[in-house]
Amino acid sequence: MKYCARRLFHATLLLLGVSIFSFVILQLAPGDFFSPMRLNPQISSRTVTRLRSQYGLDQSLPVRYGHWLHAVLKGDLGPSFAYNSPVTPLLVARARNTILLTGTSMLLAWMLAIPLGIWSAVHRGKWGDRAGGAVTSALLTVPDLVLFLVLLLLAVRTGWFPTGGMVSASFSDLNLWDKMKDVAAHLFLPALGLAIATLPTLLRHVRSAMIEVLEAPFIRAARAHGIAERRVLLRYALPVAASPLISLFGFSLGTMLSASLLVEVILSWPGIGPLLVEAIVVKDVYVVMGAVMLSSVFLVAGNLFADLMLFAADPRIRVE
Amino acid sequence: MRHKQKLVGAVVLLAAFQSFILFAGFFAPYDFATQERERPFAPPTALHFTDTRGNVHIRPFIYNLIDSGRSGEGNRADFDHPYPVHFFVRGAPYKIAGVFASNMHLFGVEAPGHIFLMGSDAYGRDQFSRFLFGGQISMLAGLIAAILSVSIGIVVGGIAGFYGGWVDELLMRGGELFLALPWLYLLFAVRAALPLHISQWEVFLLLVSVMGLIGWARPARLIRGVVLSAKQRNFVVAARGFGASDAYLLRRHVLPQTYGILLTQMTLLIPQYVLAEVTLTFLGLGVGEPLPSWGSLLSSLQQYYVLSSYWWMFLPALFLIPLFLVFYTAADALQELHKSVTL
Repeated sequence: MKYCARRLFHATLLLLGVSIFSFVILQLAPGDFFSPMRLNPQISSRTVTRLRSQYGLDQSLPVRYGHWLHAVLKGDLGPSFAYNSPVTPLLVARARNTILLTGTSMLLAWMLAIPLGIWSAVHRGKWGDRAGGAVTSALLTVPDLVLFLVLLLLAVRTGWFPTGGMVSASFSDLNLWDKMKDVAAHLFLPALGLAIATLPTLLRHVRSAMIEVLEAPFIRAARAHGIAERRVLLRYALPVAASPLISLFGFSLGTMLSASLLVEVILSWPGIGPLLVEAIVVKDVYVVMGAVMLSSVFLVAGNLFADLMLFAADPRIRVE
Repeated sequence: MRHKQKLVGAVVLLAAFQSFILFAGFFAPYDFATQERERPFAPPTALHFTDTRGNVHIRPFIYNLIDSGRSGEGNRADFDHPYPVHFFVRGAPYKIAGVFASNMHLFGVEAPGHIFLMGSDAYGRDQFSRFLFGGQISMLAGLIAAILSVSIGIVVGGIAGFYGGWVDELLMRGGELFLALPWLYLLFAVRAALPLHISQWEVFLLLVSVMGLIGWARPARLIRGVVLSAKQRNFVVAARGFGASDAYLLRRHVLPQTYGILLTQMTLLIPQYVLAEVTLTFLGLGVGEPLPSWGSLLSSLQQYYVLSSYWWMFLPALFLIPLFLVFYTAADALQELHKSVTL
């Protein structure tokens, strides 16, 4: 309990540090969202000044940060200049799409990585394991950018998958079942791409964790007792190998908002990624702040979750 | 032994690739900004050895593409005008490493002929030349950023590990802040802080230093770990006992033990930063026109018509894969080698 409270305190401090750091950096920029308006002869300089003071951009940095922090604690992430609406609902809607994408791909990647990793650990050094190792190494060297572009090319050339967006134009006319099918069809390609991009790392970790455990004496003892191989693997070896995997799982939970930026932009999935890139170009600072903070919260929470899970699962950590 | 061979192989390949990029001006037939507005999206030029009469030539030659004259058939090769490929020709002036000026090119064809080994882009610029020149920018970005990260890592990690106590605590907590951030997001946030309309070289330098500054935490952690164990080794303790100063100890005994890790980190970080530059530029936030970089070569693929109609625009992306493979192989071998040395 005490451990939990201390970790929570550290996480809060960390988030506070991140927020100050990114806030200061964002405000260091010369010019803001309204500066291009000054060049527009149809907008009077008084209007620009009024707009700036309306959004509080004329106040000093610490004051603005204080206001922002105060609002954030009440669940308000500030205004978006470009969308002329509060950031919170905007971000929540985009985050939902991102999580749908990353959640699906995570499920896919982990469901493949665990059985494949165990399999290649058991068949270590045999041709299957070697072939798998070669494929994962090859996949690791393909930059994500290139991978996603290849998938996009595939989609454009073959026409098997819809490209761009999350739903078809006729979405609102469909019934519930067809709506789900439509979203799934759009989801398939980006989720597959992201899963392929994360699979090699996961696979390597599962494999090496299992190999380490399988070499332990207690596994040999279990086998010598004539316990079925299946039971040895799943009931004896896997729980012991789980510790590094739990950390990794926490990390992948944590990157659920930030891992998919590139795939979202390239395959135009309406998640947080494209929103962030747009917001940066037009200097929509509170949207950028909101996106950075939200994904940092996820990352910190993911790591925290992993540590607490480890604490619960591994008695050795509790003793320390 | 096997790792050593692997390392040597990787280093040789890497050196070959890098010299292509360093001497881009020599290997590229054109300047990166030369436009042939009449030849946008020309497919890769085919090298011919046999002419229309079936005679075989040792010197390869090319045909220009001309309008076939019939609608719907596009371009055809102009068989009446072969242009032989000449070697060591004079052409567009260039500088090697920004110092040695020259106008000698490895190969080229005479004027109305055009040789586009990897096709041409929307402005009729030679993709092959742009790939080589773009490599200079991208590799330079990776190199500078990696050096920056590693140098900050040495200083911070060295101090934290050597002095320990509250200094260590403070520096490592600060590092955690950088590790906890989603770094691509952070890079974007910092990029947002840079003015969008400054000269391309300033953008480049700012971008690179930001990338390097963000990435110091991981090398710093690793170096701290090595320094922590290094300062407790007997000969270090003995030297301290003889009254060696902290600066001397760090310089002579402690930091030399981190060189293995430093080298491995460099080989890992350079491709990472190259990729970061490519990604940022691809998204329109990095190095802009007219400077070529691997990211800007790929960014034209964001348009559907380019992606679906001009397959050769994909070639730069495919050429990146072997480069990264070589880098990772080198890093892998270094890591293994280092492990076997310390054990």
